[in-house]
Amino acid sequence: MLSNFLFKLLPTVNCDVAEPWQLSFQDGASPSFEGIVDLHDQIMFYLVIIVIGVSWMLGIIIVKFNTAKNPIVYKYFTHGTVIELIWTVTPAFVLVAIAFPSFRLLYLMDEVIDPAITVKAVGSQWFWSYEYSDYISDSGEPIAFDSFMVPEADLEEGQFRLLEVDNRVVLPVDTHVRFILTGSDVIHSFAVPALGLKLDAIPGRLNQTSTFINREGLFYGQCSEICGVNHGFMPIVIEAVSLEKYMAWLNEQLS
Amino acid sequence: MSDIEIKTTPFDARFPNTNQSKHCWQSYSDYFKCINARGEDFAPCKDFKKAYQSLCPADWVGKWDEQREEGTLPFKVTV
Repeated sequence: MLSNFLFKLLPTVNCDVAEPWQLSFQDGASPSFEGIVDLHDQIMFYLVIIVIGVSWMLGIIIVKFNTAKNPIVYKYFTHGTVIELIWTVTPAFVLVAIAFPSFRLLYLMDEVIDPAITVKAVGSQWFWSYEYSDYISDSGEPIAFDSFMVPEADLEEGQFRLLEVDNRVVLPVDTHVRFILTGSDVIHSFAVPALGLKLDAIPGRLNQTSTFINREGLFYGQCSEICGVNHGFMPIVIEAVSLEKYMAWLNEQLS
Repeated sequence: MSDIEIKTTPFDARFPNTNQSKHCWQSYSDYFKCINARGEDFAPCKDFKKAYQSLCPADWVGKWDEQREEGTLPFKVTV
């Protein structure tokens, strides 16, 4: 009991960034992410059962009915209608069963529910530009800035290689945020795995997606559509802060 | 700087899907049609202005403003 209590006193570190050799998901911070993980877990359960079943059949047949063990075969045994029906219809049913929760999540993620903030992200070769145009400063200019990757030589200790940027996207927690994505030259893709976000930024088109960040923290992502030489070097960092800090940051940006 | 209101263009049922390009263009077009018809001080026109400012990238707005000044805007903004 005491060890349990002491363990809870230790500060927890969330995995909001890609780790080397990572196999699992990052820790989530949005309802979209939780939906994705739940769907993944539901499907994975049945998938493992099916894989074990299929592998077992394959293995047994190879071991027991290979040419050395089973040299004589009845040559007129060409088909079996009932079993063929079973092994065609059953996977079809499995796919339909997967489709129900999958489409439900897909359409839920498509909903943009009453956003309070709109952030425009414009992908260029090879950096992101962000515009917060809901507010206009005294001089009539909206908040707009570019976000370049911090080169390896300029990284401080503890920072992530190929993931840190000079200007982060600051957003408040527990607020519906709408992202409007576009590209200025070629197709890019705005992806932040910890928030369950990934949507192409296409020139000539405004793509809308939304998010709702559950907790404060730094969430990292990378451009996810091949866009040239530095496609791997235009990351995204979202800094989720309390509403007060967000207002303070806005005031600072607008003055 | 006084308290900033955290508010943005709400959901528009005319544009329910992911592609919001038309929403941006429509708001821009509606704003200029509105002020051409009712004058710049007509308060409800400001909703259109806020909508296109929130949704449209600055590059797009800049390009359309230039075209409007030259008279080469590819769509009508006068009623």
